[in-house]
Amino acid sequence: MSEQKSPATRSWTAPLKALGRGVAVPLLAVATALLIGALLIIFTDTTVIAAFGDGIGQGFKRGWEVISVAYGAFFFGAFGDLYHITETLRIATPYIFAGLAVAVGFQGGLFNVGAEGQYFIGGLTSVFVGYSITGLPWYIHLPLALLAGAAGGALWGGIVGLLKAKTGAHEVINTIMMNYIAYRLAEFMLDVGGPMARPGYRPVSPEIQPSAYLPQFVPSDTTIRFNVGFFLALAAAVFVWWLLFKTTLGYEIRTVGHNPRAARYAGISVPRIIVITMLLSGALAGLAAPMDILGVIHFMPNAFASGYGFDAIALALLGNSHPGGVVIASLLFGALRAGASNMQGVAKIPIDITSILQGLIIVFIAAPAIIRAIYRLRGLEKGEGLITTRGWGQM
Amino acid sequence: MTTDTLSKQEVRKARIMGIVFLVFALGIVLLFLPGTTGANRTTFTLNMTRGEALTLPDLTFGTLPGLLVFAAMAAFLGAWQLAKGFRNHNAVLGAVVGLFVLAFLAWAARDKSMNITGMVQSTLLRAIPIVLAALSGIMCEKAGVVNIGIEGMMLSGAFLAALMGSVTQSQWGGLIAALIGGGLMAALLAVLAIKYKVSQVVAGTAINILATGITSYFSSRYLQTNAALNSPATFRPIAIPVLSKIPIIGPVFFNHSLVVYLTLILVVVIHVMLNYTRWGLRTRAVGEHPRAADTLGINVFKTRYINVILGGMVAGLGGAYLVLSSVARFDELMTAGKGFIGLAAMIFGNWTPFGALGSSLIFGFADSLQTKLAIMSVPIPSQFLLMAPYLVTMIVLAGVVGQSRAPAADGVPYEKE
Repeated sequence: MSEQKSPATRSWTAPLKALGRGVAVPLLAVATALLIGALLIIFTDTTVIAAFGDGIGQGFKRGWEVISVAYGAFFFGAFGDLYHITETLRIATPYIFAGLAVAVGFQGGLFNVGAEGQYFIGGLTSVFVGYSITGLPWYIHLPLALLAGAAGGALWGGIVGLLKAKTGAHEVINTIMMNYIAYRLAEFMLDVGGPMARPGYRPVSPEIQPSAYLPQFVPSDTTIRFNVGFFLALAAAVFVWWLLFKTTLGYEIRTVGHNPRAARYAGISVPRIIVITMLLSGALAGLAAPMDILGVIHFMPNAFASGYGFDAIALALLGNSHPGGVVIASLLFGALRAGASNMQGVAKIPIDITSILQGLIIVFIAAPAIIRAIYRLRGLEKGEGLITTRGWGQM
Repeated sequence: MTTDTLSKQEVRKARIMGIVFLVFALGIVLLFLPGTTGANRTTFTLNMTRGEALTLPDLTFGTLPGLLVFAAMAAFLGAWQLAKGFRNHNAVLGAVVGLFVLAFLAWAARDKSMNITGMVQSTLLRAIPIVLAALSGIMCEKAGVVNIGIEGMMLSGAFLAALMGSVTQSQWGGLIAALIGGGLMAALLAVLAIKYKVSQVVAGTAINILATGITSYFSSRYLQTNAALNSPATFRPIAIPVLSKIPIIGPVFFNHSLVVYLTLILVVVIHVMLNYTRWGLRTRAVGEHPRAADTLGINVFKTRYINVILGGMVAGLGGAYLVLSSVARFDELMTAGKGFIGLAAMIFGNWTPFGALGSSLIFGFADSLQTKLAIMSVPIPSQFLLMAPYLVTMIVLAGVVGQSRAPAADGVPYEKE
């Protein structure tokens, strides 16, 4: 953290090299988190506690039984068969978009706490295009619905960027405010009798046209919800990487993020870059929603507590604000969630264990010194570390 | 930047402000006048139901003339701002927003009566957890540690307050547990941020996620299955003798549970401590220029540890309030973003305790309006009214540009040479 490389020297291979050198730390971080999770599951199980009453051996035996059932279900839920693998990838898809959104913000020195609101607005715009337009072929309708999602999110993020650029109003407050406005707007639109609600007594939007569906990957098996959205997410990650690291605009974004004063002296229009960064960030968060709506549920419900806002911040941090890192982190979170939801079904372990695991993994990856101390590994090279905003980002 | 461009900016800003005032005046006319007739009358009652020494008469006025007066006053302020300019336009902005809110209340309560004292009281009560979150942020950030984890600290405090308040069957047990819970989470933040020099935003985010996970996990394993673990003893309102009998002021300020008084006292205490004591001076030095502070013999690490842990305890108190003074039970994710709103209130209030109190009251008002409007049938969709406070915050924030400034070393890990 103490020393950051200048944007110019941060090539895309840097994280890979770091991964090669430091692959031990992330793996050990995940393993340690799973170990702590196992202890938690064992020692909060009443049957285990009761068994310990009958003797230490009995306790350990019962503990082992409990954890093998739980973690068996967990790993099966994440990777067990084709269905569960595709579920992991499906859950990772919107994570990738949302994580990229926050990562782009971090690269530009902006802390976008508003991925949640941008997701809601992207959902509203894309579902509207999805159900209201009829008679289009899918190759026009689907891109249009996706574009609408991106535009909605970009609008929501862009307003914040514009306010920051024009008045200096802090993006953290404004993205939080915009989240609340987005919740209310979605509630109004989808409430029973609202402008976007379907007739009847459920506060949900109408079903979208099949021409706006994201095509299923295995059309013959409808239980497999995996769809081409995942590949769009990968393409988005490549695009963001290209934009950030291979174009002048990306260089400008990173320079503003790194040192706005230097950027100004270099002749970069800082306000312009702030607006562009927030537009891009919002568009990416807005695209997360169509992954769920066009790809999986095919309508938008009211009361859509997605939780993407928090998770997106965590993903961007874990991925070191690098598109490749975000993809890996999203796959990890997808696996954790898919696994935990199966574990909840089979072993009745509350799904909230995912958040505990996620939190622990972030702590261990962010503070590798803890992992290194536990497992007696050698130290990091200088210059490695996470990129984030600098505090409240004084400009 | 030269003084010339600065003054040009000032002029432009003053003009924008004037236009904003006029927009509020126009808003009163366009939003509330249609449909209001000369026959409509608004009644504001000022008495709470119980026990003031004096009973005040109800304030009743014609809705239409009332609205016209409010609109005219806002328009006058706007015109004056454009023609002559006020020296302190933020105060005037506050007054204009106040007029708009009054106009709205007058309109919403036409041909009905609205209890203004009750409204102010519930505004204060709903602001309490937000103030505590903001104070927690101030404690940490004045010493240079960004605290994104307030939400998680509050949630931990709330959970332990419910659990220990139930187990010990004492509200004091719950309160102490909440302080410890918030403090422990903060200690984790402090160790990560200060010892391991983890990015403070990362550490705070990790704490939010961890606290969400731990409290929800234990809640669904134990609290939901065993009601005896989720029925804490609570703090009852204590009426301050004599003072609580004063009309308006009495019910608003002097008839509350302990945590409310504690919060109001904390605002003053933290203000005084930060500005007039050695601890405050050290804290600010560490937050603004840790190297200089270190050179002068101040222990930067120790100061930061103490402040962050105290800040976490304040956040824990916020959690305790939600459980022990409010709903008397723990619900998963019950803080519902109050920690983040508190963060906004802290920035909005320019990292000062009284500023934080003021901005928290705006959000508290928003919250209390929500319940009031559900009772009164208002022809505007309630969702739009509920958006208004957030919109107003954004507008006001755009107006107070450049005045909000974080401590210089906020978020920067300190390394001894």
